[in-house]
Amino acid sequence: MSNRLRAFAFGLAGATALAAPALAVDLDVTCRCVIGGVNSGTAEWIENSVIPAFEAAHPDFNVTLNQFGGEDAQLTQQLALDFSTGAGPDVTAFDGFLIPSFVEGGLLKPLNEVAGAAVDSWTGWAALSEGSRALMEYQGAYYGIPLGTDVRMLYTRKDLLSEAGIDADNWQPTSWDDILAAARAVKQAKPDSFPIQLNAGVAMGEATTMQGYWLALLGTGEAVTDESGKFIVSSQGILDTLNLYKTIYVDEQLGDQRAQLLADGRNRSFANFRDGVTALLFEGDYFYRSVTPEGSEFAVPNRDAVLGWAKVPAKTPGSGIRGQDFVTISGGTGFVINPATDAPAEAWAFLSFMNEPEQLAAFQAIQPRITARTDVEIPNSPFLTETSQELLPLTTARPNDPNYNAVSAEIQRMTEAVVSGELSPEDAMAQYKSAVIAIVGEENTVSLL
Amino acid sequence: MGLTIPAFVGRIAFSALAALIGVVFALPLLWFLFAPFNARAELGLAVPDPWTLSNFFTVFGNSYAVQALWNSFIQAIGGVILVGAVATLAAYALSRSSIPGKGAVTYILLLFSSVVSGSAAMVPIFLIISAAGLMDTHLAVILTFAGGLLPTAMFILRDFIDSIPKSYEESAMVAGASPVQAFFDVALPVIRPGIVVIVVWSFVNIWGSFLIPFILLRSDSNMPASVAIYSFYSEAGTPIVTLLAAYSLIYSLPVIALYLFVSWRFGFRFFGGIKA
Amino acid sequence: MTAEPTASPPKRKPRNFALLSNWAGAAFLTPAGILVSVFVIVPFFWIIFVSFTNRTLLGRTALNPEWVGLGNYLALFDPATFFQRGQFGFSLILTTQFVLASALLGQALLGLLLAWLIQTVPPAVKRITETFVIAAWILPEVVIGFAWFAFLDRDQGTLNMIIEGLGLPPGDFLLQQPFWVIVVFNTWRGAAFSMMLFSSAFSSIPPSYFQAADVAGASSWQKFRDIGLPLIRGHIVTDLILITMWTFNTFTPFLLTNGGPSYRTELVSIYNYRVAFQDFQFGKGAAVGVIMMLINLAFALIYLSIGRKKKVR
Repeated sequence: MSNRLRAFAFGLAGATALAAPALAVDLDVTCRCVIGGVNSGTAEWIENSVIPAFEAAHPDFNVTLNQFGGEDAQLTQQLALDFSTGAGPDVTAFDGFLIPSFVEGGLLKPLNEVAGAAVDSWTGWAALSEGSRALMEYQGAYYGIPLGTDVRMLYTRKDLLSEAGIDADNWQPTSWDDILAAARAVKQAKPDSFPIQLNAGVAMGEATTMQGYWLALLGTGEAVTDESGKFIVSSQGILDTLNLYKTIYVDEQLGDQRAQLLADGRNRSFANFRDGVTALLFEGDYFYRSVTPEGSEFAVPNRDAVLGWAKVPAKTPGSGIRGQDFVTISGGTGFVINPATDAPAEAWAFLSFMNEPEQLAAFQAIQPRITARTDVEIPNSPFLTETSQELLPLTTARPNDPNYNAVSAEIQRMTEAVVSGELSPEDAMAQYKSAVIAIVGEENTVSLL
Repeated sequence: MGLTIPAFVGRIAFSALAALIGVVFALPLLWFLFAPFNARAELGLAVPDPWTLSNFFTVFGNSYAVQALWNSFIQAIGGVILVGAVATLAAYALSRSSIPGKGAVTYILLLFSSVVSGSAAMVPIFLIISAAGLMDTHLAVILTFAGGLLPTAMFILRDFIDSIPKSYEESAMVAGASPVQAFFDVALPVIRPGIVVIVVWSFVNIWGSFLIPFILLRSDSNMPASVAIYSFYSEAGTPIVTLLAAYSLIYSLPVIALYLFVSWRFGFRFFGGIKA
Repeated sequence: MTAEPTASPPKRKPRNFALLSNWAGAAFLTPAGILVSVFVIVPFFWIIFVSFTNRTLLGRTALNPEWVGLGNYLALFDPATFFQRGQFGFSLILTTQFVLASALLGQALLGLLLAWLIQTVPPAVKRITETFVIAAWILPEVVIGFAWFAFLDRDQGTLNMIIEGLGLPPGDFLLQQPFWVIVVFNTWRGAAFSMMLFSSAFSSIPPSYFQAADVAGASSWQKFRDIGLPLIRGHIVTDLILITMWTFNTFTPFLLTNGGPSYRTELVSIYNYRVAFQDFQFGKGAAVGVIMMLINLAFALIYLSIGRKKKVR
């Protein structure tokens, strides 16, 4: 939250606008991005490239970026309260999985309803693949423009693995047992290390569900919902997943239990990896792009030499979702327009401008990532090219369901109950079952046991 | 008066115990005496070497944080004026008029005010402020606090006014003053100490509050210091303890100053239901 | 000087003639009436109404909340989940223990002890002790929250520094004993009120009582037990009820623990905040609010009836 100055400037501008008709149109943009901090590249891109270019093309526009430095869940809370009261930024970064619940709550409106026909005539839609567009789509309407997608993997500290006698350069586990064996070897070599980080607990929010629970659950051949969209509330896959957590954090102390329970746990997990306490970290490409580049707080010293990655294996070969040997999951982020904006046409002008190829190319130059547009190239980034080529074909998406967010919170609670040692996996699952039934209704759930 | 030896030992033991409790109370606060003046402060207790004001300069360079102090000030002063004025009028009416049902109204107000706490009623307060279009304004915070603090303020003040003989105002009215003049020229000066109590009490309550502004304000430009303090976190979200400590100290100063003022001017006597 | 927060001084005989006409009185009362109505009385009834719906902020029931009758209450008191951590029952029990330990035992006993001690100690000791106790009480809650966060930090905190200095093993208090942390925290935070109330009560006892006891050679403990305590009994009841209500409603521990780890410090007020403003279930949150208000009501009625009895006497 370190740079909220623009909000202050915006407030002043708003106050003076009351006194005299203002000539300039003010636009307020928010993202969970801070220059030098989280998603630094996004912040640099908007601040140093998009805004200057946009203001040059539209001299009577005045755009300010609000760099939000809190957690994802805090931004969600803020946006939900903002949008419900007609407040908030005009344009904001938005995680696609939240769209159904916001739309059903009346907090987001289709882009063409907010900004009119200019939306439908935008040429950029054609350049977005159907899969990309779906990231910000709900029930046939588009609520935002997707920026890109991501993939999840298992990051390794090659130096720690080597110390434990593992061939770090060629290490590719093919089962959970392989991972646990490597972790035990590291623990043996360095007794005060916490070799594995598989996110758990409430404090990490969606990062627990996406980077932790899903990655394990998919390896058992299951997902959070079945093919018909019913939430699975009781299954062997859930039990296996929870038992994996129990093995890591309770039975063998292969992971840092405190980091799962304390409020600043995710930063602790990054610090553990940076400091060589953790050797195996389940994270998204975000971790490589945004968390560990040189100069950032959690930069891994000598990253090119010590950081490696592996595909996340299923529990046993072939036991993954759709019979896969390896699994991953993708989310998508983009930008949406606040339906209560005072300047819908201008907000759309900005949103579409930032998604034109010139601006996206500028973004790629700052920080290469997997783009949504097919007409924007990923520049030479071996890491990104390699991971996206290997992992995108294996990927899965979260259910596009307005209740997913609430169920995800229950998943986080379930993992915390197990990781803290408070409940057995069986009891935690029973608790999850009753909580999910209370949210979605019994008819929308299914028990596989 | 000579002391026997056991009594003397007893005195010493009492003093030692009181001092020990004082130290225990001081321990968690000690950190705030040192860390703001230490450019390399961490969570641990350390005497600054050298002492420096650089943390304060950095804090004052953060215009959002400075603005937030000003916002706290607007909200606290606004609330204090509203509570002070409205409570004085109402308390005077409760004490000096004979409106039918006065006692019942008093009783019901007192009951409601004890029952409806901020942490119980946050949902409807949010919805009311939202429906009234006051979301994200200083006025929302001021009005909410005024509503919440008023009943208690009214009762403290009514007790003050009740304890003043009616003959003061009566003689003024015999001399030809109107009731309203009697109120402003005679009663008001006499009940001023009571008003000071209300003012200090309301100020401390509003100045220190976190939850109500956190829920009712949306934009950074309106946030008070209690929320802005969370801006002293690094880009990655870890606390920057040097700036946090310095800002906390600045933010605490008005409350400390008020305490010193009250205890100097009135003695920190106990005025009853201070603090909600 | 009376330390009775709301009791009136002795009633004079009512007079036929009022200084303020009914008209003027009503005008004086109107602003207060409006403010209190809108921000105290309307929320009271609104919250009851919302608690019978399944209103949320996100999802389908945000725009079209349904009437669910007692559904929210039944869910809160569902015996299958009532005692689970992170559920309402757990919070309620936790809050009860918290009130018992930190208000009734911690604040009241410590306040009583302090009030008695500072009657007898030299002024310098009295002033210093009083200052720190009151500082703990008046400083803004976010500042106090962070002060304790630093104080209790496992690796660098002042407390562990002292403990290690004494040759004892350091503790991971926020994670291992979070409940006792908030108990001690709240005792520390609120003892000033009880101390001031009791000390003003003690100082209203005529000094001659104690001088007589001194002549008879009574010990401090005897004076406390036989003179001080009986004479301030009414104040003790007042104090217990007020600090119980405040502790029951306090939100400040959230700033230290966020209600965690694993909901182990999730008091009812924090539970209400989470349900309403993190899970965005307004209906359920309102139901929690109604239950909190019912509990407040019980305490307020006890308190007011005691206050009335005193007035009559």
